[in-house]
Amino acid sequence: MTTILCRYGELFLKGGNRHIFLQALINNVRAAVRGLPEAKVSSPHGRVVVSVADQARGEACTRLERVFGLVSISPAASLAPDIDAICAAAVAEAQAAVERNPELRRSFKIEPHRSNKHFPLQSHEIACRAGDAVSAATGIPVDVHQPALRVGIEVATQAAHVFAERRPAPGGLPAGVSGRAVLLLSGGIDSPVAGWLAAKRGLAQEALTFHSPPFTGEKAKDKVIALARQLARWQAVSTLWIAGFTDTQKRLRGAGRPELAVVLYRRMMVRVADLLCEREGCGAIVTGENLGQVASQTLTNMRNIEIVARHLILRPLVTYDKVETTALARRIGTYDISALPFEDCCSLFVPAHPATAARLSDVERAEATLDVAKEAADIAEQAERIVL
Amino acid sequence: MIVYLDNAASAPPLPEVLAAVTHAMTDLYANPSSAHGLGAAAARALEQARGEVAALLRAQPSEIVFTCGGTEANALGLLGAAALARGRHVVVSAIEHPAVLRSAESLVSRGWQLGKVMPAPDGRVSAEAVLASLHPDTAVLAVMLANNEIGTLQPVAEIGRALRAAGRKLHFHVDAVQFAGLIPLDVETLGADSLALSGHKLHGPKGTGALWLRKGARVAPLWDGGRQEGGLRSGTENLPGWVGLGRAAVLCRENLRAGQQVAALRDRLESLVMEAIPRATTTVPAATPRAPHIASLRLAGLPAEPLLHALEARGVFASAGAACSTRAHEPSHVLAAIGVGVEDAVLRFSLSRLTTESDIKVAAGALREAVDEIASVVEVRPRGTRP
Repeated sequence: MTTILCRYGELFLKGGNRHIFLQALINNVRAAVRGLPEAKVSSPHGRVVVSVADQARGEACTRLERVFGLVSISPAASLAPDIDAICAAAVAEAQAAVERNPELRRSFKIEPHRSNKHFPLQSHEIACRAGDAVSAATGIPVDVHQPALRVGIEVATQAAHVFAERRPAPGGLPAGVSGRAVLLLSGGIDSPVAGWLAAKRGLAQEALTFHSPPFTGEKAKDKVIALARQLARWQAVSTLWIAGFTDTQKRLRGAGRPELAVVLYRRMMVRVADLLCEREGCGAIVTGENLGQVASQTLTNMRNIEIVARHLILRPLVTYDKVETTALARRIGTYDISALPFEDCCSLFVPAHPATAARLSDVERAEATLDVAKEAADIAEQAERIVL
Repeated sequence: MIVYLDNAASAPPLPEVLAAVTHAMTDLYANPSSAHGLGAAAARALEQARGEVAALLRAQPSEIVFTCGGTEANALGLLGAAALARGRHVVVSAIEHPAVLRSAESLVSRGWQLGKVMPAPDGRVSAEAVLASLHPDTAVLAVMLANNEIGTLQPVAEIGRALRAAGRKLHFHVDAVQFAGLIPLDVETLGADSLALSGHKLHGPKGTGALWLRKGARVAPLWDGGRQEGGLRSGTENLPGWVGLGRAAVLCRENLRAGQQVAALRDRLESLVMEAIPRATTTVPAATPRAPHIASLRLAGLPAEPLLHALEARGVFASAGAACSTRAHEPSHVLAAIGVGVEDAVLRFSLSRLTTESDIKVAAGALREAVDEIASVVEVRPRGTRP
């Protein structure tokens, strides 16, 4: 069996609601390791502890590194609280760590933590015994101020845990504790990142995408599904709605001057998202909009779009530079999918010179030729649902 | 109903090919190198397949090296010859398939010089231009038989004759993957040293191909191992695949006139389309020598990919000539070389011996509707403009 110690961060700050946040975190950790052999999750004070069969250690770590609310994880040796066994484990973990990264050979420190106050040795005595064992076995010098390698020893009542590896987890809040939202997801780079950031602040999301066959092909649809699946690995989205947009898009295209088209499409998308929010019990709409990136993303046009929304619109990327967004997309594993070359529904219907500051009266006049409420209701009604 | 006009991408395996593959997988599972009777049966089937492929090309069985596909056959012909060459100059046509082009480019990092011969606007490189591009130390030359995107036939026999007349002793490789069993081919008169084939373009299985290597011509293997295929291609033989390729070769040879029927259907498609759609033209002049199965049509001012989806919605499956105005697609090097701009859609309808007159009528009608649908919505955008 491998034990993985999972640390959570700012949950501690959540006074009276702390148990709600902790329970959500534990549920998300359980969901993350579900299906792995012999996976068990417990929550002794201040920790979430996962145990899995040894062969699933790597996969379990990979999945736990994607659980929002955790700040770091440490795969650990788990043993009886006995000082000789602890020293042997400290040697083994230190050796494994320097094998993975020879840089760590420079110096080390033992970091003991004794929650079992009945354990016969005090913390500094544990540190001395284990430190002697490690330096005798490996020859690595001790440096208690700036060690390259930190070997943690935690002595609890039932068991002791020894670890030399501390992997960063994403931090933030457990997905779901902040409520639910609809994410407007395209095949581009930005919207998946926006969904990830929203999930980091505790939002559970349903993704909504628009598909315009024949202007978009099956591969464009598969691409959005792949993006949604990658976000699901972060527990950022659970469901993808694929809404047919072709007929409405054609009518909108014909309704006003071509340069208004983008604003008209986006207002319609927001209306559909609004209906989905109501139907699915979501409190906000999350978009990948970014100030100034493209013509539809000026203050005027964002306002023209937002004005039709009955729910809060969240724009996690509003102040990001493209390079920042791209770097994050790479980190969360969506960039390579977004970079696939299939058209998404945004790019084909777009005029050569979209208006950067459409007049609201022009936009509304164009929409008056359609029954926009009915169009939105039909689209939402007929959207295809994919559970991720 | 499905009208499949993407045979230059992959042609559906014929039922006889499936039967031959199934038989080989079921009954001929032994390793052809094994000493026992089952191994001997497998080895006999392999040699029969080799003979069948050789017969299609009018070659000797000993001149056929089986491979895992057209790309490997091209790499073996081109890189294998380069590995043994004294000279350090390679020449290719600028419109080769990436299998040849990138192989040739890979030689540059090994100290080679690369020359690319540009085609005329009709999509053909001339023998004179090829000859003019040769240096004294040119060791390898590759020119394709038929271009995969626009279907133009390259004058490989003429180039072969010119090389002989000039007394050039370089290795002349021909990528004949788009031969498709529809173009008369006689390697004896071709004047080439090696020629690459792909199984699935001949209605055979994917993952199969062959290199014809003229008796006396030499290439180095790309890797070493058990030294199957005369030492040129180590690895346990893909017997089911190669038996299937052999069967496909037999079926091609039994119907050598198929090329003329296919060419007539292609011409019919082109004339139906150009009658119905004013903006449509053939990408290269119709009188250019072309592979019978490839109709490349240019549609001014439209994006290619939505047209393909609109065709698909009507049951017609084709390909873009690769010059989509999609932002992330690389423009086609072939279309760029003949001066076709990215503002036009170039669609490739590729036929096969299975294509019927009714397929052609359906395709032409579907294209007319697709063009109307897309043109009504999409205005022309200069490339590179973004939403």
